[in-house]
Amino acid sequence: MPDTILEINGLDSFYGDFQALYGVSMRIEKGEVIAVIGANGAGKTTLMRSVTGLLQNKPEMIHYGGKPIGNLRADQIAAVGIAMVPEGRQLFPSLSVEENLVIGGQIKRTGPWSLSSVYELFPVLKERRNQASTSLSGGQQQMVAIGRALMANPDLLLFDEISLGLAPIIIKTIYDALPGIIGSGMSAVVVEQDIVKAVAVSDRVYCLQEGRVSLEGRSGDVSRDAISKAYFGIG
Amino acid sequence: MDWVNAIVQGILLGGLYALFAAGLSLIFGVMRLVNIAHGDLIVLAAFLGLTVTTTLGINPLFAIVIVAPLMGLIGYGLQRVVLNRTLGDDILPPLLVTFGLSVIIQNGLLEIYSADPQKMSAGAIETASLNLPGGLNIGVLPLLMFITAVAVIGSLQWIFYRSAWGRAFRATSDNQDIAQLMGLNKSHVFGLAMALALVVVAIAGIFLGVRTSFDPSAGPGRLIFGFEAVIIGGLGNLWGTLIGGIILGICQNIGAQINPGWQLLAGHLAFLVILAVRPRGLFPRIDG
Ligand SMILES: Nc1ncnc2c1ncn2[C@@H]1O[C@H](COP(=O)(O)OP(=O)(O)O)[C@@H](O)[C@H]1O
Ligand SMILES: [Mg+2]
Repeated sequence: MPDTILEINGLDSFYGDFQALYGVSMRIEKGEVIAVIGANGAGKTTLMRSVTGLLQNKPEMIHYGGKPIGNLRADQIAAVGIAMVPEGRQLFPSLSVEENLVIGGQIKRTGPWSLSSVYELFPVLKERRNQASTSLSGGQQQMVAIGRALMANPDLLLFDEISLGLAPIIIKTIYDALPGIIGSGMSAVVVEQDIVKAVAVSDRVYCLQEGRVSLEGRSGDVSRDAISKAYFGIG
Repeated sequence: MDWVNAIVQGILLGGLYALFAAGLSLIFGVMRLVNIAHGDLIVLAAFLGLTVTTTLGINPLFAIVIVAPLMGLIGYGLQRVVLNRTLGDDILPPLLVTFGLSVIIQNGLLEIYSADPQKMSAGAIETASLNLPGGLNIGVLPLLMFITAVAVIGSLQWIFYRSAWGRAFRATSDNQDIAQLMGLNKSHVFGLAMALALVVVAIAGIFLGVRTSFDPSAGPGRLIFGFEAVIIGGLGNLWGTLIGGIILGICQNIGAQINPGWQLLAGHLAFLVILAVRPRGLFPRIDG
C-alpha cells in the first residue's frame, strides 16, 4: 500500500464572498504524477494557491504527510517540502537569473538540486546567470521558474500551466525535461489545459469543472469522451 | 570665497539630509509604506542618545553603539506588532497609523523630556576644523558626518544588491506572494527592513542632536528634508538620495548666503523646481 503524500478533503475555497472550489477531494501518493485538467476558470490555480498556503483554509482540509496543513502560511508550507512553478512564471524582476534560483533554494532543504544541477538541466541559464530575469525569452523564463522551484528540493512539486504562452518547440523541450525532474523521487501535480499533454505525463488525472471534481481516473484508463464530457460538461 | 564656502558646507550638510532620507527610501522601496513618523523617530533617537550620553557620561558619538541596536529592535517590534497590520492594497491605513504614531512619539517625548530644546555635546571635535588652501575651512564634525553618510549609503546599497537580506527585500518588494512561496515570511522580512531603517535613523538622530539643538516637535521638519532628498534624487535610488540631500543642502546654504531668512525657502524652492521639471526625480530607479 503506497504512502499518501498529499490528501485534500472537501476543500472549499473563497475569494471574499465568491466561492471558487466546492468540496474538492484529491489524493497523491509518494512518487506519483497527477494531472489536473480543466477549462479556463475551472479553479485549477485556486487549488494550487490553496495547497501552497497562498489561500488560507481550514486545517483539516489539506493533509501533507499525514499532518493537517490547511491553515499554514505559504512560507511554512514551503518549509515542509511543497514548491510551485506558478502560473505565468512570476519571476522576480529585480533579481538576476541566478538570484532567482538562489532565493528558491534559501529554505535550505537538502536534496539533489543545487545551482550546478539546475544549470546542468538548463545549460542556457548558466550563460545568462547574471542577466535580469526579465531579459530572457518566455521559454527561458519558464526554465528559471522551474529551476527556482527545484532549488527548494521539494518532495511535492506543483506545475501550474507551464506551457501557457510558449511556442510548441519550447513546450516540447520543457516537457522532455519533466521525467528527469520528477524521476528523482518527487511527487508532482501538473496543471494543464492541454489534455493530451497532461494525460501523457501523468499516472492519474483529475478533471475540474466549475470548482468541482468532474472526473478522476488512471491516465491510461480514462477515455477521451469521458474527459471531454468532464472538461466541458457536455458530450 | 563666501560662496564657495557656502557650497562646501552645503555639501557636508547634505550628508545629514541623506541620512534622514535613507531609511524613508528603504522602507518605501521594500513595502510601499510612507512613514509619516520617520522624523519623530529621528528625534526619538536623539533623545535616547541624550539619555545614554548623560547616564553613562560618554561622548554622544559613542552612544550610537547603544542607540543603533536599540532603535533596530524598536523598528522590528513596531513593524511586527503595528505596521504589518496596516499593509495591504489600500495605502491609507499606513499613512493614518504612522501619522498617529508621530503624534504619540511627540507627546511621549514632551511628557518625558519637556519642551525645552536640548543639545548633545561631542566635545572638542565640534570646534575642530581643517584649514584648506584658499581660505576654505572645513569643520571636522560636518566632515565626519558626511563621510558617515557616504559609508551608510554605500553599506545600504551593498546590503540591498549583494546580500541575502537584500535579495529577500527585493523579492518581497517585487511579489509578496511568490516571495512567501520561497519560504520568506514577509512579516519578518518587513520587520528586518524596518530594523535596518531605524538603525540608520539612530545614526541620523545622534548627528542631528550633536549638530543642532532639538526638541520633541523637531520631527516633522526632518521628515520634510528627508522627503525632499528622496524625491529630488529619485525614488528607489540610494545614491540618488545622497545627491538629493546634497542638492538640498547646497540650495539651503546658498539661500542663507543671500539672506539668512531664505535658508529653508531656498531648499523648498529647489525641491519644487525639480519636481516640476523632473517629476520622477533626477535619478529614478536603475537596478543593479
Ligand atoms: N483573485 C481573485 N479574486 C476573485 N476571483 C478570482 C480570483 N482569482 C480567480 N478567481 C475566480 O475563481 C475562479 C477560478 O479561477 P482559477 O482558479 O484562476 O481558474 P483556472 O486556473 O482553472 O483557470 C474563476 O471564476 C475566477 O474568475
Ligand atoms: Mg489558472
